[in-house]
Amino acid sequence: MHPLKRKSPLRRIVLASAATVSGTVILLSLKPHTSPSVALGAHAPSGSSASSVPGGSKGSDGSSGPTGSGGSGGSAGSKTVTGTSVPTRWGPVQVRVTMTKGRITDVTAVDYPQDNPRDQEINGYALPQLRREVLAAQSASIDTVSGASYTSEGYRQSLQSALDSAGL
Amino acid sequence: MAGQVTDPAGAPPALRHAEEVMGTVVSFDVRGGESQAVRTALEEAIAGLHRVDEVFSTYREGSQISRLARGEVTLEECDPEVAEVLALGAEAERLSDGWFSTRYEGRVDPTGIVKGWAVERAARRLSAAGASGVSVNGGGDVQLYGMPGSHRPWRVGVSDPLRPGGLAAVVSAAGTEELAVATSGTAERGAHIVDPRTGRSAVTDLVAVTVVAPRLTWADCWATAAFAMGSREGLAWLESLPDVEALLITAGDEVRCTGGLAARLG
Repeated sequence: MHPLKRKSPLRRIVLASAATVSGTVILLSLKPHTSPSVALGAHAPSGSSASSVPGGSKGSDGSSGPTGSGGSGGSAGSKTVTGTSVPTRWGPVQVRVTMTKGRITDVTAVDYPQDNPRDQEINGYALPQLRREVLAAQSASIDTVSGASYTSEGYRQSLQSALDSAGL
Repeated sequence: MAGQVTDPAGAPPALRHAEEVMGTVVSFDVRGGESQAVRTALEEAIAGLHRVDEVFSTYREGSQISRLARGEVTLEECDPEVAEVLALGAEAERLSDGWFSTRYEGRVDPTGIVKGWAVERAARRLSAAGASGVSVNGGGDVQLYGMPGSHRPWRVGVSDPLRPGGLAAVVSAAGTEELAVATSGTAERGAHIVDPRTGRSAVTDLVAVTVVAPRLTWADCWATAAFAMGSREGLAWLESLPDVEALLITAGDEVRCTGGLAARLG
């Protein structure tokens, strides 16, 4: 099964934290701030408020904040959703998702921590992993995910939150 | 978060909502039906979940279940749902030979059955309001009704516990009007899984059990019970239950399934 992980517990820990990084990125970045609100505000999950926190100091061009689906506005049925720049414990993270006919066709990181070699090392696998996870869920055409119960904190790192956010 | 999304393929519009309640997040995906009736039902379903949280939370000193456990109120003085849930819990305990229990450390504690029951009830409410497709996911346990589109069944990814972000299987609700998918695993919160023979925490060789059955109340209980039993006994027991299919994953990354599961995999 996982010979590499078996032989090297340290590597396993590193991979586990990478999964957490990417999971956080998924949630924090995919919240579509433009989704038409229904009059259910009183029940809006407080957990999601984290995603609307304006970006950290790194939003150099002042574009942090809910940018929503302004995006490319290109061909019909295709749009780009740029998430809010979100301050994480590793630094600000911002992701752009391209959707075509309601399906995610690409996921790219617009802004992410890269100040030191350790950041770059994490990015080397966390960002491709994020992309792979989202695209895998897309290709399986799933509507929802069943798994060991998550807390509201854990939800933020779940594939389910990405599906909810993308409104697929 | 809530929003109405129009499917480009002309499928019924989707009403989406994620609600933080009962210590987790409950995700709604509701298709079709008369718009206002479905929205009203969604609001009622959400209010119902918060009410269940208030009444059944063992973390709240003043909840009915906490007061009942301390003997400050009688069962008759509680909401009728308390008796209903405790009766369902007793039934689950009987059918699982004590592996599922609504008692913990001698006190009444229906935590293990409340969430599945409440999510099933919320989904049923939306279906009864006329929605043609309902998916309600309570922290990883899913109740489905109908279909998301005219020619497409609901599809549920089953998380692979050993490969975060990956899927171990995809369950399809094709050909059925009512289906639930519940998973019990090592990462589970709030589950008091005790071996009834020893009275201690259950020792299991499993990392996850996913149960597929018509109703989430039972699917959730059976997943919890089978997880505690371990792969050998759990699989044999699940196989003996009518209308129940299951996927079990061991710590050694072996996958075991009930005989009829293949027909449910998409």
